[in-house]
Amino acid sequence: MSTIAAISTPNTPGGIAVIRISGENALDVAEKIFIPAGGKNVSEMKGYTCAYGCAYDEKERLDDCILTIFRAPHSYTGEDTAEISCHGGLYVTKRILRAALKNGAVNAQSGEFTKRAFLNGKIDLTQAEAVMDIISAKGEKELRIAENLREGATYKKVKGISDDLMNMLGSLAAWTDYPDEDIPEVEPGYLLANLEAVRVRLESLIKNYDSGRLLRSGISTVIVGRPNVGKSTLFNCLSGCERSIVTDIAGTTRDAVEETVKLGDITLRLIDTAGIRQTFDKIEKIGVSIAEQAISSAELVIAVFDGNKDISEDDINIINKINLINSIAVINKSDLETIIDRGILEKYFKHIVYLSAKENNGIDKLKEEIEDIFMLNEKFFQDATVANERQKKCIDVCIDNVNKAIHAIENGEMLDAVNVLIDYAEQSLLELTGEKITDAIVNEVFSRFCVGK
Amino acid sequence: MTYNMGEYDVAVIGAGHAGVEAALASARLGCRTIMFTISLDQIANMPCNPSIGGTAKGHLVREIDALGGEMGKAADKCFIQSRMLNRGKGAAVHSLRVQADRVKYHDYMKNICEKQDNLYVKQAEISEIVTENGQIVAVITSLGAEYSVKAAIIATGTYLKGKIHIGEASYESGPDSALPSIGLSASLADNGIELRRFKTGTPCRVHRRSIDFDKMEIQNGDDEIVPFSFETNSDNLNNVVSCYVTYTNSKTHEVILANLDRSPLYSGRIEGVGPRYCPSIEDKIVRFSDKPRHQLFVEPMGLTTEEFYLQGMSSSLPEDVQLQFLRTIEGLENVEIMRPAYAIEYDCCDPTQLFPTLEFKRISGLYGAGQFNGSSGYEEAAAQGIVAGINAALKIMGKEPLIFERSNSYIGTLVDDLVTKGCSDPYRMMTSRSEYRLILRQDNADQRLTPIGHKIGLISDERYEALIRKIKLVNSEISRISSLNIAPSDQLNDFLVSNGTAPLKTGCKMADLVKRPQLKYAELAQFDPERPILSREICEEVELEIKYQGYISKQLEQIDQMHRLENKKLPVDAEYSKIKGIRLEAAEKLDKIKPVSLGQASRISGVSPADISMLSVWLRQREEK
Repeated sequence: MSTIAAISTPNTPGGIAVIRISGENALDVAEKIFIPAGGKNVSEMKGYTCAYGCAYDEKERLDDCILTIFRAPHSYTGEDTAEISCHGGLYVTKRILRAALKNGAVNAQSGEFTKRAFLNGKIDLTQAEAVMDIISAKGEKELRIAENLREGATYKKVKGISDDLMNMLGSLAAWTDYPDEDIPEVEPGYLLANLEAVRVRLESLIKNYDSGRLLRSGISTVIVGRPNVGKSTLFNCLSGCERSIVTDIAGTTRDAVEETVKLGDITLRLIDTAGIRQTFDKIEKIGVSIAEQAISSAELVIAVFDGNKDISEDDINIINKINLINSIAVINKSDLETIIDRGILEKYFKHIVYLSAKENNGIDKLKEEIEDIFMLNEKFFQDATVANERQKKCIDVCIDNVNKAIHAIENGEMLDAVNVLIDYAEQSLLELTGEKITDAIVNEVFSRFCVGK
Repeated sequence: MTYNMGEYDVAVIGAGHAGVEAALASARLGCRTIMFTISLDQIANMPCNPSIGGTAKGHLVREIDALGGEMGKAADKCFIQSRMLNRGKGAAVHSLRVQADRVKYHDYMKNICEKQDNLYVKQAEISEIVTENGQIVAVITSLGAEYSVKAAIIATGTYLKGKIHIGEASYESGPDSALPSIGLSASLADNGIELRRFKTGTPCRVHRRSIDFDKMEIQNGDDEIVPFSFETNSDNLNNVVSCYVTYTNSKTHEVILANLDRSPLYSGRIEGVGPRYCPSIEDKIVRFSDKPRHQLFVEPMGLTTEEFYLQGMSSSLPEDVQLQFLRTIEGLENVEIMRPAYAIEYDCCDPTQLFPTLEFKRISGLYGAGQFNGSSGYEEAAAQGIVAGINAALKIMGKEPLIFERSNSYIGTLVDDLVTKGCSDPYRMMTSRSEYRLILRQDNADQRLTPIGHKIGLISDERYEALIRKIKLVNSEISRISSLNIAPSDQLNDFLVSNGTAPLKTGCKMADLVKRPQLKYAELAQFDPERPILSREICEEVELEIKYQGYISKQLEQIDQMHRLENKKLPVDAEYSKIKGIRLEAAEKLDKIKPVSLGQASRISGVSPADISMLSVWLRQREEK
């Protein structure tokens, strides 16, 4: 049986979340996405043992995790199983799942872990009824979701791409199956151009995927900066109420505070953190470590700098701790004289905003920069987005096959082989709509081409 | 009054392309077989185009041959022009098509049947089937002769309640003016078989002397001819005729459009559903009105006749209109019609009433094959004929049925499509219907199916051993060139560059070079002095297996996954509506189709993956009880 993966904890933000991978290649998959801190080899881990380490998506470090290994038949499903416990942010959890899917696992179907447990004799017969209830209930739910999807913009967009692929397949099929008829020849150049166009559209769907999800569940945002640059003022300014303790004494905020705020169409889940600096204060030290943890799992980092001061060593330390891709440098206190050297910040940050949190000035500019990072422009709000991991996986498979087909054409391979790759690409999209590919192609040929004796 | 005329194991009703293969397979497997036909002069007749093969259909013929069927050998004996279609589009879609001498083909097949041990060929119309307790026990002719049988295969083609339409005229008839089969439909309906009405059509036949070939494009056969049968020696095969191509024009279309009201298709007099892929010329002009011209092929019907077939011009318009529009076409200005085009309606069954053995679910021992099952085409018919013939014989001998798989053959794909999805118009095989077409190539049909044919007893030990030798040679050559090191040299690099591919910087294996699309295995021989002398077939296999390696292994993986589902057998008596958790729509479909395996169930439209999960849990639960 294939190796399956799913997020086994509820789909809400929590303290921790568990990604479960089960099947004959479960440990291989785990090995590819998890590197134990002690340099242990995942495939050599014994059953019922854990390892501390990091989850990766290729080279990108995702989160600190604990990996637990179960060896068949001593697991819930009766198969080799790997469970990755990570920090419970939705984003990180999904990224880890996605990494597992990329590395050979397939999305678990409704009730599939339980079904396997039953099929492998881990659950006795009296429990089978309950298993069937679960599968049937979830099956219905998925069906309803699929039906709802049919109404939506995503469906239309996927359908549009699928139609384009089907167009190519129909042309190929008619040209192949009716070689003597007056059917236009299918040129590799035509396929190449169309496949490139399809790829671009697919990629934009995926790009939107993260943004779309962020839009719904909120962007987890961390405000960082060395003490007393105005983080809490900014936090309060954004959330519109005095939540954090704001004083002039450096180090007043000692634990992370979370607040959901709306910035126009954008939802931010704000985490205010203790100022990060080298400190000897014990309590403050705890606050600092919470901050570091929050930074590593945040989707957006707002790094606040005091515009009225020079860049300090502490500032540079902070810059070194954050992921610069999703970061915005806020030069605060624009109401005061600007002393800071913007040139230094420009070396690190693509997005820099001047504002005065105290005067509530420049917040619009911040919003624009956030929109820019997450591509939440006007076009986005009109565009469709892919709703869940299953859909994303289908589109990933489609892109993969489109790329292979492009490569095969460029490599001069025969069209029958290219055709099969385009079949696979289309198949993965049709999975979203539930059509069967061979029937669909035959219908396409007969509706578009005049063929026959 | 009926009278007894003896006992047989298998009765085959109809002696067209399905009936002949069914009867031969059953007789060759040792069953006492009787084949009925309304006219002995219509055995293996080609009432439509005088050709065998074509895309995907050519694959079917090779597969029938690989199983020990007759169609490929007959085509090799009777062809007058041969072409391998789709050269240049990749090996998976290479398809053999021949023009056949219609009369010679009939003669050949009739004689093969006459000479077959255990096979009795009889001119009679079967008008009744007799069942007892859901089991076929006898068939009765229109004269009242009763034959006791253990199994019967219905292969009635377009004869069953056949009705021909030409313009405003219509009359009951089989194809080519043969008598129709009248009584059998009612008897089938009495036995609970649901029948429906399909329609097909054929163009007119015209006289050679009335055609101006100089105004047409000529189409010749291949220089190097590949036979259909793996047993035919490819030496001394020759093309003896040419075919021709011409086109309709705006005048042709005007004539047709002006007379549409005289077509039974448009006046509603034809109730049968016609094939989408085989539209009449009036259909083509109405549906594809932006197309300025349509192609037609002018093909000889044989060497002992002056009749020519006009492929692409099927019509049900009146005879005078046919003559009028044909004469607008270049090269046909003075055309003389010998047989007018006609549309024919006939009774057939909904194939979802059949198991993948082609046996009826509700009548044990009764099978259907060919157009009666809703398909179209000689090759599709023959393929089902051999499936039904084999399975009827296996059942009588008390052996396991033989179910062809989508992953091992186009035959399996055809049967699975028919019995699982059914068809709303006559079903034609196409390469795009197979998801495994890089594996189901026409060149390796023997490797896929001859072992099966040998196992059931249709293939001789000698032929089987020859295949094993061939496979060994292919494999040893593949492993030889996969380990053969090739060092870069000026000569080799010049060769690579001149073929548009990158020169070698370091050494590689010979197989790596063969894998490059730009290079041919044969041309690489100059850099491979140790290469053994191998036949054309073996060289082709070696080259294809290497070139398609990556794709083939991916398809094999998919097949492997599918097999897990195919191997989970579902009981025939399952009551799906009583299984907890299966949605109503799915249960209804499952009850109707009665799939033999989870694999087949998963291909039924309206059955979701969640339903399949339920079924697999239910199956396990049943086993444990």
